[in-house]
Amino acid sequence: MHTPIEKELDELKQKLLTMASHTETSVKEAVAALVNRDDALVLKVKVNDDVLDRFEVEVDELAVYLLAKAPLATDLRSVLVAMKISQNLERIGDEANKIAKRARDLNREAPLKTSLDFAKMAETAGQMLKGALDAFVNRNSAAARAVIERDAEVNALNKQARLEMEQLMMASPENVRRALNVMIAVKCLERIGDHATNIAEEVVYLCEANDIRHGGK
Amino acid sequence: MTDTLMQKISVTAAPAAAAGGSSLIEVRNLDLFYGASRALKDISVTLGEKVVTAFIGPSGCGKSTLLRCFNRMNDLIDGVRIEGAVKIGGHDIYGGDVDVIELRKRVGMVFQKSNPFPKSIYENVAYGLRLHGVKSKSDLDAAVEKSLRQSALWDEVKDRLHSSALGLYGGQQQRLCIARAIAIRPEIILMDEPASALDPIATSRIEELILELKKEFTIVIVTHNMQQAARISDYTAFFYIGELIEFDTTTKIFTNPAHRQTEDYVTGRFG
Repeated sequence: MHTPIEKELDELKQKLLTMASHTETSVKEAVAALVNRDDALVLKVKVNDDVLDRFEVEVDELAVYLLAKAPLATDLRSVLVAMKISQNLERIGDEANKIAKRARDLNREAPLKTSLDFAKMAETAGQMLKGALDAFVNRNSAAARAVIERDAEVNALNKQARLEMEQLMMASPENVRRALNVMIAVKCLERIGDHATNIAEEVVYLCEANDIRHGGK
Repeated sequence: MTDTLMQKISVTAAPAAAAGGSSLIEVRNLDLFYGASRALKDISVTLGEKVVTAFIGPSGCGKSTLLRCFNRMNDLIDGVRIEGAVKIGGHDIYGGDVDVIELRKRVGMVFQKSNPFPKSIYENVAYGLRLHGVKSKSDLDAAVEKSLRQSALWDEVKDRLHSSALGLYGGQQQRLCIARAIAIRPEIILMDEPASALDPIATSRIEELILELKKEFTIVIVTHNMQQAARISDYTAFFYIGELIEFDTTTKIFTNPAHRQTEDYVTGRFG
């Protein structure tokens, strides 16, 4: 038999998971909009961004309602973590929306000739996000820590992309606008990796009551 | 030795050291029997000086019984037998040479239900002082005022000190009882659910008072209110069926308790 607060905490978790599902869809569609030059997806990402904004507010409202009941121990951590995860999911939605906008601009021009593998980088960031969310669902601290380890991969890909875009811009002024758009889109993926890392850190806190942010172990 | 006991010993030693202050109350292998019934089971815990320690646990877990061991209030109950040691300031309070009246002067107590004497406000506070031989009116006046100020009651009663204490409302009566307890300058104040019969505003006043009093006194409080324990205590001990299950900093107990039973209790999933 579940206590009332257990039911409400479950409701909070379900809401967060629905929000997470929308977030993952947004990222996939934003990447597809850019990689497949599919303008139709740009609007879908925008609509989903509005949905995520509403979810963030709803998660906060439910969390505040639960905090008023003064939960303790695991319950307290669950509520705090839900609020932080929803904020990160909402920001991932913002990043996805920015990628979609860059895709819209890039799709109006000829493809930029580059060795950059945007899809691969998006796959890594997407795996990090999925990994962090799976770790949350399964309350798996070790899996969350494994996600954090991958942040360096995305950072390295971002750095590599920036260098390449700089070279393209120096090679020809005609490349500047497209290279800047690509650079921004890549930076958005890097930020998605950061938010996935934040989520994973919150999962570690949820599981271990151990704050590992900013170099903590 | 059972695993539970091993864990218990390991957690009881650490927090006192972590408190940074010197230990004041030391309980070692304490058993208490009501006739054949063992109400406290091998309790070992060290409580620090000038901190607030909360005792929590379901009804009948032994928390009030342990509290009453600290000023030997259980001596007044027929058939109570105690084994083990309780030391305050290094002295065994169950030793043969202990003057229980003197002990209760060092260890004051405030009860769940406020119990002012049917006397004036002034006489309630002065009562213990007179009992301990203070006769000078100026000394009594000064001590009564100091105690009433420390219990945050002075401004409310200074113009009617000689009115009956029974005319005060519940929260004021409880603060008067605290003033009475601190008038004789104890080292330790034991509080057995001191705010459980009060409304939220009066409760808040008592909690503010406890935080103020800990600068000068060591406070041990029994409470059923988890949020109250979280708000006012530095350390928390969780008891279950006569056993001390976990003792640690209040932050640790209420955010990440080490024991499943503690987690279940503080999250309301007990039983």
